[in-house]
Amino acid sequence: MSIASAGQQGTGSTSVRPWVVEDTNAGRFDVRRAAFTSNIVSDEMLRVFDKSWVYVGHESEIPNKNDFVARIVAGRPVILVRASDGSVRVLQNSCSHRGAEVCRESRGNARLFVCPYHAWTYQNDGLLRGTSFPDGVSKGFDRKRMGLKSPPRVETYRDLIFMSFDRDIADLPTYLGRAKEILDLILDQAELGMELVEGTHEYSIDANWKLLIENSIDGYHAPSTHQRYFDFLNRNAGSVDPGSARFSRGIDLGNGHAVMTGDARFPRPVALWAPMMGERAKPQIDKVYARLVERFGEDRASQIATRSRNLFIFPNLIINDVQAITVRTFYPVRPERMSVISWALAPRGESKELRKLRLESYLSFLGPGGFATPDDVELLESCQRGFANREAEWSDLSRGMSDAEPNALGEEQMRAFWRQWNRMMSAPESQASEIRI
Amino acid sequence: MTTNTLRLEVEDFLYREALLLDSWRLDEWLTLFTPDATYGVPAPDAPEGSFEESLFVIADDLPRLTDRVLQLMGNEAWAERPRSRTRRMITNVMIERETDDGIEVWSNFALFRSRLDKISVFFGRNNYLLARAEGGFSIRRRRAVLDLESLQSVGKISFIL
Repeated sequence: MSIASAGQQGTGSTSVRPWVVEDTNAGRFDVRRAAFTSNIVSDEMLRVFDKSWVYVGHESEIPNKNDFVARIVAGRPVILVRASDGSVRVLQNSCSHRGAEVCRESRGNARLFVCPYHAWTYQNDGLLRGTSFPDGVSKGFDRKRMGLKSPPRVETYRDLIFMSFDRDIADLPTYLGRAKEILDLILDQAELGMELVEGTHEYSIDANWKLLIENSIDGYHAPSTHQRYFDFLNRNAGSVDPGSARFSRGIDLGNGHAVMTGDARFPRPVALWAPMMGERAKPQIDKVYARLVERFGEDRASQIATRSRNLFIFPNLIINDVQAITVRTFYPVRPERMSVISWALAPRGESKELRKLRLESYLSFLGPGGFATPDDVELLESCQRGFANREAEWSDLSRGMSDAEPNALGEEQMRAFWRQWNRMMSAPESQASEIRI
Repeated sequence: MTTNTLRLEVEDFLYREALLLDSWRLDEWLTLFTPDATYGVPAPDAPEGSFEESLFVIADDLPRLTDRVLQLMGNEAWAERPRSRTRRMITNVMIERETDDGIEVWSNFALFRSRLDKISVFFGRNNYLLARAEGGFSIRRRRAVLDLESLQSVGKISFIL
């Protein structure tokens, strides 16, 4: 079977070449590096981001009426707000009059948003409350039609808030599909729901955004890129030995979603103890584990606690349940630069001691000052520089293609992303501008 | 001793510390810390957070800081191979208070970093808790509070700030 579809339909042009070539028999899965270097960001916005569910934020960020956070989501400035009636809204942060951002604080509590430019005033459900100097409005001016824009679809799955600009997209649970099972293994760790911990890691990488998708679900790079982290574990009695029958899988979950999962070799706050955490922590971690067994039985408890999972939700959300839980989203600023924002997700009501262990564990690996993320950033930027050798036209992601059940050291989970991205970028679409290579 | 003399002594200590860091003499730099010392870089949107309740960018106790130095001086910290060239300006040194815990000091920093033809600028305030030690001071707490709104302009913090 050969799929070499991209960009060929309906053009009749030989100058348009495929982005992805998959040939199962030949064991070939190639991605054209032009996908990382050419100016296709606006096409990706139209064809991929605007046709997907995109993560906006977490319910815990806006616990009270009139709470809001303002951030850039997939390139658009938006306001995530709990309106005065208690409903969760996503408002596009651009005045209906002439375009200025009506909210200029990153978070707060406000019933009204007043545009600084001409003082148009909006309710926090988006309705235009009033304009300044109303005597001068034209006869046809209809205030009711001049509210802030909102994405046509906003839905929530277990406190994770998503938006879509595709009016006809499947509902969020259907879209998440098999990714829900993995998400549930993460979210079930909390009895009272999850919350984001105070403190945000917002940074940039001078590399194409799709490289971070590959990297976030790449088990193969860990032993070489992150040797310094494993040395740190070994020096500090932090290694966990899962034994010889180590479980390890890379799975295409459908719809572009994917997971890499396996027995963890490092300590986890829920719930895998290693001496590095300290003797005093052991009874607490044991208690967390025992409670999981009570709630879910031995099998599921063991799966939740002793395995890690790197979950990718198409197109730009990573929820990695590893040394701790990170929620990470990102978007292209330019082909060769992305903006990243990540948070620590943690069970509400977690004890002070466990929360401290969780944050220590998080920072042992994750974040722009951790013992691993900076090296990932370094190598993604190195790939991007290497791509200037455009004679080296393809990246090889064939690893594990011959395995009946590809493991986490293979690249099946990355292929899952590329298959979906390729379908969306290659489909004939009148709305999207032509593919440029 | 007048406050002025103390400040001069502290300034001298901070200048020497800056030189050790800019010279990558990190093993020597580590000897400045007390066994209960902490080194922290708060997230830019939670500058007054605590290690226990907030996500920091860096929240090291001495064992973890010691390991960080070991990693940076080794061969596998790719983010610092080749190493960053840095130069830090330390100014506006103020003695906040002197208690039984030690001497609390604030200073301003502007740190210029050059690496792979990119230049990043880190700036903010350092908060120290210093203890008197033989021949000078030792560091009980060192917290680098960035004035950056986010790490968008610098990307990562792979060396000692």
